[in-house]
Amino acid sequence: MKFHPTNHTTSPDGLDTIAARRGRRHRTRVWSNIDVCVAISRCCVWAATVLLFVVGRCLADKPAADESPAAAGVDFFEMKIRPVLIRHCYECHSAESESSEGGLQVDSRRAIRAGGDRGPAVVPGRPEASLLLTAILHTDEDLIMPPENPRLSAAVIADVARWIRMGAPDPRTPDTTGVSESWQEQKSERDHWAWQPPSLAVLPDVQDSAWPLDRIDNFILHTLERNRLEPTADALPEVLVRRLHFDLVGLPPTPERVRQFVVDCGQKGIDQTLSCEVDDLLASVQFGEHWGRHWLDVARYAESSGTESNISFPYAWRYRDYVIDSFNKNVPYNRFLTEQLAGDLLQFDSDAERARLLVATGFLAVGTKNLGERSERQFQADIVDEQIDSVTRAVTATTVACARCHHHKFDPFVMEDYYGLAGIFASTNTFFGTFTSPSNSRGGHPLPLPRVVGEIILHESMQPDEFRRVSAEVEKLQAEWVEIAAFRQAVKSGEQPKRTFSTRQILTNLWRRSPMEGRLETVDDEGRAVPLAMGVLDRGEIADVRLLARGEIDRPGDVVPRGFPKAIPISTAEPIPNDQSGRVELSLWLTDPGHPLTSRVIVNRAWHHLFDAGLVRTTDNFGTTGEVPSHPRLLDTLAIHFINDGWSLKGLVRRLVLTRTWRQASTYNPVAGELDPENRLLWRMPRRRLRAEAIRDAMLAVSGELERSRPAGSLVGRMIGDRPISLIGLDEDLPPDLDGSVHRSVYLPVIRDRLPDVLELFDFAEPSLVTGARENTNVPLQALYLMNSPFVLQRANAFATRLRQEASSKSDRVHRAFQLCFGRSPDPVEHQQAFAFLENSESAVPDGIDEGEFSLVSFCQALLSTVEFRSLD
Amino acid sequence: MALNTTSMFGSKPFSRRDSLQSLASGFGYLAFAVLANEASARSGTEPHPLAPRSTHFSPRARRVILLCMNGGPSHLDLLDPKPALNKGHGGTVESGDRGDVMLMGSPFRFDRFGDAGLWFSELLPKQAKRSDDLCVIHSMQTDLPNHSQAFLQMHTGSFQFKRPSLGAWSVYGLGTENSNLPGFITLNPPSENGGAQNYGSAFLPAVYQATKIGTNQIPQFYAKLMGIDEEPGPSMRNLSNSRLTKTMQRRQLDLIRDLNLRKLHRDTVHPEIEGAIESFELAFRMQTEVPELLSLSAETAATLDLYGIGEGRPTDRFGRQCLLARRLAEAGVRFIEVTAPVPWDHHYNLKKELTDACLATDQPAAALLTDLKNRGLLNETLVIWAGEFGRTPHAQSDSGRDHNNRGYSIWMAGGGIKSGMTYGMTDELGYEAVENAVHIHDWHATILHLLGLDHERLTYNYAGRSFRLTDVHGHVVHDIIDG
Repeated sequence: MKFHPTNHTTSPDGLDTIAARRGRRHRTRVWSNIDVCVAISRCCVWAATVLLFVVGRCLADKPAADESPAAAGVDFFEMKIRPVLIRHCYECHSAESESSEGGLQVDSRRAIRAGGDRGPAVVPGRPEASLLLTAILHTDEDLIMPPENPRLSAAVIADVARWIRMGAPDPRTPDTTGVSESWQEQKSERDHWAWQPPSLAVLPDVQDSAWPLDRIDNFILHTLERNRLEPTADALPEVLVRRLHFDLVGLPPTPERVRQFVVDCGQKGIDQTLSCEVDDLLASVQFGEHWGRHWLDVARYAESSGTESNISFPYAWRYRDYVIDSFNKNVPYNRFLTEQLAGDLLQFDSDAERARLLVATGFLAVGTKNLGERSERQFQADIVDEQIDSVTRAVTATTVACARCHHHKFDPFVMEDYYGLAGIFASTNTFFGTFTSPSNSRGGHPLPLPRVVGEIILHESMQPDEFRRVSAEVEKLQAEWVEIAAFRQAVKSGEQPKRTFSTRQILTNLWRRSPMEGRLETVDDEGRAVPLAMGVLDRGEIADVRLLARGEIDRPGDVVPRGFPKAIPISTAEPIPNDQSGRVELSLWLTDPGHPLTSRVIVNRAWHHLFDAGLVRTTDNFGTTGEVPSHPRLLDTLAIHFINDGWSLKGLVRRLVLTRTWRQASTYNPVAGELDPENRLLWRMPRRRLRAEAIRDAMLAVSGELERSRPAGSLVGRMIGDRPISLIGLDEDLPPDLDGSVHRSVYLPVIRDRLPDVLELFDFAEPSLVTGARENTNVPLQALYLMNSPFVLQRANAFATRLRQEASSKSDRVHRAFQLCFGRSPDPVEHQQAFAFLENSESAVPDGIDEGEFSLVSFCQALLSTVEFRSLD
Repeated sequence: MALNTTSMFGSKPFSRRDSLQSLASGFGYLAFAVLANEASARSGTEPHPLAPRSTHFSPRARRVILLCMNGGPSHLDLLDPKPALNKGHGGTVESGDRGDVMLMGSPFRFDRFGDAGLWFSELLPKQAKRSDDLCVIHSMQTDLPNHSQAFLQMHTGSFQFKRPSLGAWSVYGLGTENSNLPGFITLNPPSENGGAQNYGSAFLPAVYQATKIGTNQIPQFYAKLMGIDEEPGPSMRNLSNSRLTKTMQRRQLDLIRDLNLRKLHRDTVHPEIEGAIESFELAFRMQTEVPELLSLSAETAATLDLYGIGEGRPTDRFGRQCLLARRLAEAGVRFIEVTAPVPWDHHYNLKKELTDACLATDQPAAALLTDLKNRGLLNETLVIWAGEFGRTPHAQSDSGRDHNNRGYSIWMAGGGIKSGMTYGMTDELGYEAVENAVHIHDWHATILHLLGLDHERLTYNYAGRSFRLTDVHGHVVHDIIDG
């Protein structure tokens, strides 16, 4: 496998301008949180002035010298015009839409120029004669598009006008008519940026050559300068060290570590000090606990089946630990993916390695399962669908699963692509280990692991007599089940059954037998507990599957050979053998250096976690309906360097946090803030709210209670076992908030539709969906949690106890508390406020409690509840 | 006067008078108002995600109360009488893979009620008296005859994929009318059949999911075995402080606010802080407001009696829920779901158990209509009584009925619904809707329509495509809309 960088044809300028991003405004996630609300609101208010000003300025910019007009025009079309057409016009005006309103189609060059009943939609070079522009301007009452919607943004309108003036460059094949049956005909879609292999860009020029530390900085600075903006000065060392610790390990630095860092910066300089600190943190196990969780968001990791039945997955935690360990061992990303997709088919040299590789395939098994589904075929088809969707979204940020029922509407995936992948997963047996019960009609088997010395097994062995008794009982019930099957068959075919059974008898058999059969699967023939996992193995029978019309299992069509989406041709792809599912070849295809998505998607995910937004903000959708990159050439360069660096995730994280860009302060700058309110150009470091886990872990760290060791398995494996989640609320041994632990949050139970309070309230990733970017909400239930929850009250108590031990005077305690919580000293105003709070005696302190202590606990809780505690500068 | 959400993010700046009136909460508030005004001037104005929003067209209903009959009540014994079934009682018909099955006539007497002469069985005497307020739909359909799928489809439109719930879509489309309370509240939801997914927000922002009041009802199957039907625990977690009095907590909140303001002062722009200060103030008020709402002590004896509330009365639990629903509706909650605390899944002993279920729920449901009407709220409140499906005309185990998804009955009232009418028909035995079938998607489209929302235009972009409650389906049933 060799990588061939393609020649770089356009300038490093690309379209990294404010205007380029303005054009994409409408494609962003809408107001999913208050920050975004405010950001978008700014945009509306300034739309008329700033946007037009910026667009005007960009129009005045001459294209860079090496930018060929044709390529630039096509680029402009791809980034600004095509998305607008797809989003706002295709629904009614395309070959795929059921009717072409007004006889107009706008989905090919020929069609848009030919126009509809009223005349040409686009006349190249003549905006005034182009009805498309008239329609979106809303100046003609009879021609208002998109209908019944507010006018498109001023920036979009300016883009369309500019595009027409440019001669309406349009790469879409002139003769595309009718629904394309294969991607080869969909040249327009095939040309989308994300399907092209990444290309190394020339290092962009910058005026302030002293600023960049890494080539990344050249890209960022170049674009800032092009927009007449300056980066923000470096953050103070105490700010940087707090940011670094949360970004790398998800925990606050101790005050001692902050102090040491500041001292070292003074003595050795920031570069060396920061670099050493980074290496230290990357080497700690807390790194994997924090960054592994990022992957678990994407892997939709959970410990229950979700959907309608929702049965626990008591062995899922092994996959969680595998992910954490892989990040800590810095398993190369291509290998990491291969293990998760095909670990069961890889070579191993020990039982421990075999067990590790089997656990890795838990990735394919931990998804949601429709355990209430009555049809086994439908159930299996849904598992396959969930696997295709999760793999393609997680690894390639594409929505291939849309092609289950029809060719993809916007991206070049056809049904044959989907069913080519479906054959691979249909030839795979998924082990998820839940038995049937009154709550679920589908069950599955757990995956037994080879025994390894010192392994953790959470379920009990069976005593010999118990084992014999249960086995005998199961045998009896199984024999009866054979008779039941005969009875049902007889009823179906209208014969006289030998023996009749009532529904109640049938269910009694099923519900008595299933838990016992399930229990027997957890032990060996001597009743000893067997280590179990979730995962996959190849099926005995390997087969291609039939295409299903409209995705319906009773409408089979032609057999589709197993294979990979054709829109992404990998010349070195291995053929799929007849005697294996093809998951090894799938992982080779995905991790081929020439694959245009895999490397881009993962570097973008890392970027997202360190800079609050990806270069492509739609981290899980790189298709034509996703956003385009803010810095396309930077994204490509990073992706290529990542591969050349051996797919090293630690290397990637290390590189990103050592850039000058990451080192900026988060100080607000009104000029830049007006021009680029969303900070897409990274003129400062964004302020971020901590993730749910970090908020909780920080409370435990500050209170001095954090238990850093790894707990054995998970609460689900230890206390819940295999049972319906709908019943766990009755279990008085389980903490009502499903927390009750002082271990790191990554080890809290992740039960679908029943998350621990702290995770649920602070925007944990929805565990039924691949989630590259979490939400960020700010709601009163969070405040109630901070004000009243037993968890926070306990932390405040412990924090106060710690303060009393570590400082004696009120003033010292205030200082120490600020150091612990915020990594800084209080300013005089804050000190005065805090001091006054502690001085002002409480009027109604309960008997027997020291007044000072009472106030101190309240004060500690207040600090834990501040915004600064849960945010990063 | 309380500081409300809309004035914080809306176009109207805080007046100095407003600020001074809120001085009860400390001088810091004034400083906050000043700072918030500055921030708002800097950041432009953007409505809070829960601020009231304009609708696609003029709404007929301002809110919804959904009385959820979990388990699938028998339409054949309550609302849809079938003389042919009674006549054929004991005879057999063929039913797919089950072979021959025995028809079971309804053991209950039906009569016509009200001006419109709607049919009700003797099990629903109180609802029968409200017949001139009701529109009974006899032709409901859902995709599958399984609880888990049908229940999810009833609530989210989909059972295969995780999708936002009807209530979440409603609040997403409309915002709330009372910023001190959540826009969507569910009372004692079941923990089974998708659990929280039935009132969740899926990919919609989390602010649109329901706040649960009361603990979960546990699955009916197990409830019977164990003799417990609800999880233990308080009505709402974290609603009170075990340690601090209100005054102490106010002082603590003032300190949090002062520290937050200090940070905002340093950062100049930090929307998270503005939002957090607001959230804490709302939370503080919720601590008072929610318990007041939950307490029925201010209600008159006559009202309590109307709902059948009183220790030892079979109607007590559902009565309390329904009365609470009215209180929440009055307080401005947009979408309220009440799950009746009785099982409706009558595979066995239908005669006795359906009687018991109706005894516990008939009066409170009727009382809710009466009470809303007396208060002038019914015309703007859409009240719905519905299960996830109906039951089969043939018997199961001689004494009960199986699930039937192809035809079943529900009723709707108030909020723009034509009253005193029936809509649609099932065949002469009650197996399948044969006239004017109303699928769940149509039902959803109609509910959104009554709220002023076009189900085809209420969309949310997620993972590259626009999603809506009704996916690519749904027709508004205009025939049941008044005027």
